[in-house]
Amino acid sequence: MANYRSIRDLDWVLLLVTVALSALGVLQIYSATLGTVWKDAWWKQCIYVALGLVAMWIVTQIDYHGYLGQVPVFYVLSIVSLIVTFFVGRQVFGSRRWIPLAGGFHFQTSEFVKLVIILLVARYLSELKRDQLESRDLLKLAALVGLPMVLVMRQPDLGTSLTYLPVLAGGIFLGGLRWQHMVAILVVVALLLPFAWFALKDYQKARLSTFVDPGRDPRGSGYQVIQSTIAVGQGGIWGRGVTKGSQTQLRFLPVPHTDFIFSSFAEEHGFVGVVVVLGLYFLLLMQIVQNAQAAPDKAGMYICMGVATLLLFHILVNVGMVVGRVPVTGIPLPLMSAGGSNTLSTFMMLGLVNNVRLRRFIS
Amino acid sequence: MTHIPIEPDEERLQLSHEPLLRDDTKFASGRIAAFQYVAVAVFLFLLVSFWQLQVQNQAEYSELAERNSIKYYPVLAPRGKILDRDGRVIVDNHSSFSLLLSRENLKFEHLKPIAEGLKLDYQDLLARVERYKSRPAYQPIIIKEELTPEDLAFVEAHRDPGTFPEMELLHAQRRLYPQDGLAAHVIGYVGEISEAELNSAEFARYDQGDIIGKAGIERQYNEHLMGVDGRRQVLVDNRGRERKVLGMKEAIPGQSLQLTIDLDLQVVAELAMENRKGAVVALDPRNGEVLAMVSRPAFDPNKFATRISSKDWKEIVANPDNPLLNRAIQAQLAPGSTFKPIMALAGLETGFADETTRVVCPGGATFYGRYFKCWRKGGHGTVDIHRAVVHSCDVFFYHLGNRMGIDTIAGYAEMVGFGKKTGIDLPQEKEGLVPSSRWKMRTFRQKWYAGETISVAIGQGALTVTPLQLAAAIGGIASGGVWYRPHLVLNKTGAERPRKADLHVENVNQVIYGMWGVVNEGGTGASARLVGFEVCGKTGTAQLASNEFLKSTAKGRELKDNAWFVGFAPKNSPEIVVVALFEGGEHGNLAAPIVRDVIKAYYDKKYRRAPQPPRMASLFHGLRRPEL
Repeated sequence: MANYRSIRDLDWVLLLVTVALSALGVLQIYSATLGTVWKDAWWKQCIYVALGLVAMWIVTQIDYHGYLGQVPVFYVLSIVSLIVTFFVGRQVFGSRRWIPLAGGFHFQTSEFVKLVIILLVARYLSELKRDQLESRDLLKLAALVGLPMVLVMRQPDLGTSLTYLPVLAGGIFLGGLRWQHMVAILVVVALLLPFAWFALKDYQKARLSTFVDPGRDPRGSGYQVIQSTIAVGQGGIWGRGVTKGSQTQLRFLPVPHTDFIFSSFAEEHGFVGVVVVLGLYFLLLMQIVQNAQAAPDKAGMYICMGVATLLLFHILVNVGMVVGRVPVTGIPLPLMSAGGSNTLSTFMMLGLVNNVRLRRFIS
Repeated sequence: MTHIPIEPDEERLQLSHEPLLRDDTKFASGRIAAFQYVAVAVFLFLLVSFWQLQVQNQAEYSELAERNSIKYYPVLAPRGKILDRDGRVIVDNHSSFSLLLSRENLKFEHLKPIAEGLKLDYQDLLARVERYKSRPAYQPIIIKEELTPEDLAFVEAHRDPGTFPEMELLHAQRRLYPQDGLAAHVIGYVGEISEAELNSAEFARYDQGDIIGKAGIERQYNEHLMGVDGRRQVLVDNRGRERKVLGMKEAIPGQSLQLTIDLDLQVVAELAMENRKGAVVALDPRNGEVLAMVSRPAFDPNKFATRISSKDWKEIVANPDNPLLNRAIQAQLAPGSTFKPIMALAGLETGFADETTRVVCPGGATFYGRYFKCWRKGGHGTVDIHRAVVHSCDVFFYHLGNRMGIDTIAGYAEMVGFGKKTGIDLPQEKEGLVPSSRWKMRTFRQKWYAGETISVAIGQGALTVTPLQLAAAIGGIASGGVWYRPHLVLNKTGAERPRKADLHVENVNQVIYGMWGVVNEGGTGASARLVGFEVCGKTGTAQLASNEFLKSTAKGRELKDNAWFVGFAPKNSPEIVVVALFEGGEHGNLAAPIVRDVIKAYYDKKYRRAPQPPRMASLFHGLRRPEL
């Protein structure tokens, strides 16, 4: 199995940044859940991170071409498990996203489908022999990604399903998009938007309209955004200190350890803390991009860029939401938000990146 | 960002058995660079957003955060108690909780379960919320007062953000008034300050939501009774639970107020009035202290204690007998024959009459071409001034009035205090009316006709007085021309200087003798007689039909005569003067027993030395929780 050169070839920068972000996440989870019913979340997160590191190592062991070969199997499994989730899933906040596991843990299928989407896009695009994508290729790929997207959207979990889109978009952009196609896609999207509005659930519409004008319903759907911006704003330059943020500690901030963890972090660590963490995320992304550039083949490059695009999307949507610049969709901040499925899937994605890196010199 | 190039050498080294997997990735390098630019743009966008929130607007958001978590709750100062002259409690407070609905986060679909939880009528609640629509949203609506323990349990269990966060509890000191409207008009009531009051000078220093005195003593002495609210600064979480008290300013309770009212007398007067419409006033003429003041019909001030329901308010306002009117100081009625002692005094003082004056009463007399009847059809025969008072002979006073003329009569009426406010410490006292030639010219631009004087001479015509004015006037005459300002709050620093008139003692005694005769010589007020006590008095039957100012507006029902009786005791240096009025009472001798009962109660108490056991008072009062 040890068909890579040495442990020194692992992406240590990537690993260190990952561990640093996870540690900051655990600290913030501890602070945000102090004295609440979730006060055990921080050590659970420690376990998830440890499990994540193990999963990352396991993912690294098998040559990524092996995964690419199994994409059809993974894909069918994904579709089946999404359908299963729909029927046996545990309903939380009105949506079925989790499959119950032994020991009180729950498995969020849609998180792991992200990996399959990345591999699917990578394999599909790397097998094309053309410099530019044809309409046929585009439609086929869009249909393949679209099916799980629709299933996740029906759970309903708009946020997670939207995360599949940047992987597809980034992939076809790298694969060579004709400008005619670009225009066509834009036109189709523009035409579909009004219909999309009717497809949205009421709470999703409310989120969108309060994004445009949060003051419209300050105690209702605009509440989260308003409280989040207050938390961020009062953090100031240096922050209020760990466990000292009033918005977090007095629970004005909704879910301060999961979706709004960065708001809570920004309140307690201030602009300085924000710069440090955003810097770490930027470093992480650039490290992944560098691995893409050094990838031994197209498939490896697509995998790395898929991961990078997905993470960038997560950061933009989550952090943008925290500062009220992006509508509330309820997707977690990778590596920092508390939650097992997302933590594991993120580590596995980074495992794929390392996997590609370790095979760049293989001859 | 070190770019790791793929060595061309390595490219050539690729093995032939893996031709597909070792393809070129260079084609994408420009697009990867584009991705990097997008990433830089995203991070810059996010950083700028944070910069704006955290560095540029930090102060603003800190303030918002503070407003979230730091709440100022008023610590309501209890109002001072109101006591009677013996220190017995008339008005007290009790602690109660009210439920507010905050309208900023009110959800209409929550109203039904809230109404069910608090056992309120849903339609009523809905209507109430609708009514508040035009008010600013920060003003909450009080939807239930006097919460029961079950209500409190419901509120505590459901006010979290997930259920009904619009519910807020307000702890208040609620005013507890006597039952059955005892002394309701004297005490008045409290209520939330209105928009109009906030803009008036009298209440300018109070704030929105303050509970202030609206009528009676509560209003007159509002400043004394009302304490200064304190303030608690607390740190609360998103459920409004207190986490920490940050600061505390204690409330300064209002001071209590001791009235001149004697509950024992008040209760006797209230009971004596039964369900009649009218008023009773008892004064101590030696100092102007009001011992009892009753106005009927009364209202229940407890219904006003915090906020009156619209149903109760409509009921009170729609009542044609106007229960809110304090008849003791606001009913302006012709005094009828109770004016005769003042006429007699005026006649004696001006020399138009003396002991030797005799008038023959054949049952009426003609003046200026009009026949004026005496109340007694057969006439009184030959009467002197004493018999004229005792038997209330109208003809005697027609002649006397005719001789004196209106302006002399008006002068004496004004001397005893008619036509202007007595200055009692109650709001909205009325002044009555003393007609004179100047008054007529000023009001109607007409000359006074001498014929009009005849009616005024027997207390009819345009002359009107309030029961309090009459009590004060007769009390002052009986004291030899010394008028103290009537007042309701016990003056501990000593009496005010009275108003004095230079009257001849023998004239005053003549009038008093006449009033003694009314009660004790088989006069019109014989039913006021108390064996062993020298009760003096005068009946009065004011004919509304002859009052031209009421005639135009009077309804048929009101055409019944008003019965007056004014009495005092003892004959020399009187200690108590009582006026009883009942509207539609037909004849003055029906009011006499009420006065007798009050005077009797006064003596009963005086000679028993010890104050009456509070049995009577508790009959009315009793510190029960008022029903809502």
